Amino acid sequence: MPDLVLTNGTLVDGDGTRRADLRISDGLITDIGDHLDGATVIDADGLIVAPGFVDLHADLGEPGGEEAETIQTGSRSAALGGYTAVVAMPATEPPADSLAVINQIHDLARDALCEIVPSGTVTVGRHGEMLSPMAELVRAGVRMFTDAISGVQNDRLMRTALEYASGLTHLADGLDVVVAQPGAVESLAAGGVMHEGEWSSRLGMPGQPAEAEELMVMRDIALARLTGGRVHFQHVTTAGSVDMIRAAKAAGLAVTAEATPHHLCLDHSACSSFDPVFKVMPPLRTITDTAAVRAGLLDGTIDAIATDHSPRTRQDKERPFLDAPPGVIGLETAFAVANTELGADIETLVQLLSTNPARIAGIGDRHGGVIAVGRPANLAIIDLDHEWTITAAAMASRSANTPFEGRTVRGKVRHTIWNGDHVVNMGEATR
Amino acid sequence: MRRSGTRHLLSMADLDRDDIEQILNLTESFAEVGERSIPKVPALRGKTIAWVFYEDSTRTRLSFETAAKRLSADTMNFSVSSSSVNKGESLRDTIETITAMGIDGVVVRHRAAGAPHQVAQWTDASVINAGDGWHQHPTQALLDLYSATRHLGELDGKHVAIVGDINHSRVARSNAIGFAAMGAQVTLVGPPTLLPPSLAGWPVEATHDLDSVIDDLDICYLLRMQLERQGQATVPTLREYHQEFGLTSARADRLGSDALIMHPGPMNRGVEIAGEVADRPNAIITEQVANGVSVRMAVLFLLLGAGLEPVDHNLAVA
Repeated sequence: MPDLVLTNGTLVDGDGTRRADLRISDGLITDIGDHLDGATVIDADGLIVAPGFVDLHADLGEPGGEEAETIQTGSRSAALGGYTAVVAMPATEPPADSLAVINQIHDLARDALCEIVPSGTVTVGRHGEMLSPMAELVRAGVRMFTDAISGVQNDRLMRTALEYASGLTHLADGLDVVVAQPGAVESLAAGGVMHEGEWSSRLGMPGQPAEAEELMVMRDIALARLTGGRVHFQHVTTAGSVDMIRAAKAAGLAVTAEATPHHLCLDHSACSSFDPVFKVMPPLRTITDTAAVRAGLLDGTIDAIATDHSPRTRQDKERPFLDAPPGVIGLETAFAVANTELGADIETLVQLLSTNPARIAGIGDRHGGVIAVGRPANLAIIDLDHEWTITAAAMASRSANTPFEGRTVRGKVRHTIWNGDHVVNMGEATR
Repeated sequence: MRRSGTRHLLSMADLDRDDIEQILNLTESFAEVGERSIPKVPALRGKTIAWVFYEDSTRTRLSFETAAKRLSADTMNFSVSSSSVNKGESLRDTIETITAMGIDGVVVRHRAAGAPHQVAQWTDASVINAGDGWHQHPTQALLDLYSATRHLGELDGKHVAIVGDINHSRVARSNAIGFAAMGAQVTLVGPPTLLPPSLAGWPVEATHDLDSVIDDLDICYLLRMQLERQGQATVPTLREYHQEFGLTSARADRLGSDALIMHPGPMNRGVEIAGEVADRPNAIITEQVANGVSVRMAVLFLLLGAGLEPVDHNLAVA
């Protein structure tokens, strides 16, 4: 691969912000300085050069949901969104609860446009009964376990999972193995298809109270205290959850959290259209909650923006709201939506989209962090001021279920470089 | 309809007072048709209406069917239980297939809130919501408003209590909006487990104590207590429900002499209403059913026939 040189860009990373040129050779950053040149030059004048983004939470369809997405189309979508790594959720069919499925995902990711990092299920088949072979999966590179969707409901089993995971550090290059909690308390949330409140009452739809999520956050903070295990809260949505996580961190507990682009700016009134594209789990909450999620992201309570990219076929999203599967796609729009709606500076956005999620995913050796000589060249090059209109038809995802259709946003990924490979050039995927 | 500018009837929230009054005035004309020896007018001759009922219904479908026949419309029944739906066909494919046959109106009932709103996006036909989940049942509200005004005249300032399982009731959601639009004071009555989690934006008051309002009511509207919901344990027993929220003989005695007792049917005698009370002269439950046909004639005619311009009643009933 010939050298690639980025000129005149503004580098933003964990070390701060400065103007410099970059040379990339054989997948690595080999020089940082002034007036570099080479065979292939990307003029990054006026653009931000950031560590490539890392998504902690994406469903990529395969295996089992290929009509909605494949790892190939999902990774292309990710690359276009500036991502160089995506943690693939294990709620596949079959679930990622064995070495065989993890290996299948690695195999399917051979031609992907970014690194696909499989996560594993906490329990076999996501049935909430027996632990998955966690040590074996950690040896295969898994760093995060989650039962996805409903999460581990049983208190004792969650305790056991956290304790067991806390003993696997020696297999994980000395890093913590994370048990992630996506769920709400099922007995309280069951049947609810949207947030319980003003709009569910008006529309006559069964709701999920905020407290169903908050009880689960409360329980897992207690279990983190009990076990010393590493809990990561997936897609936090309520003001109460944000408050509890803030307090837990202040008390020194090893918890982390993520929030989605849609939960930081869309509220439950969107459901009044009965358009199932606004059906997500956890559901869209109130404007008080969206404000709390934004505040949590800005003050560091919530560590990361994660997409919860959940591709769904057209026919699935044309079922009645009550019956349609939840989920929205997000990989191609996350940066622009966050840049437009969060009110954060670019340094904070890079923390939330790259540095922090790379650390939580256990891939900080090659993603996120700092742009430095000797590191793998995983970069997102962004035009912060470019305004554009979100259109599902223009996306690489196999599905079209974006809740942001028609919305004008600011900030566009121009180039993505993954291990030195120029996978997105001038906003177009190169393969 | 006028305000929303659509050719559909999906929710009482789409109608303003003028729309409702227009429908009720036309209902008056059509009620006369039903009293003729041959109760039939040619107002919708050549129009075809499809019944698409994804949820069991006998009385609502019969009522619509009777209304359509009195207007000389052709009707066809898309029976979900014996159709392609059981073979996995999607709602959209079903609607597009039916309307491809040249349908002017689709009357939809579905167990899922909002399904008729989706259907309206997929067809050029007029869509009438005949009940969607817990959400809306606009023709029920219109027939209730018509029935109430026949006895009470203008509803401004009249006090209506809607009693029972409000949260799971499309009738309650429709009537709360409808009665309030006509100027009535609406009080929802039920235990907290049967009231919606939030009443923000509802033009109503609420109480858990039926006895606190019973003396003041002009209309006591009782909802069917759905026996099949008992598994969810929203009330301890039906006996206790009857004691606390049923219209017992003693409570019915406290109603004013002109006050109406209404119920959308089918009734559970002895649960939400004492058997004897349902047969009192001020219980207009059977009359509601009769008025349902006239109201649905008016709605079908407005949406499929003359449109929403000022209606020439003579033409309609000629």
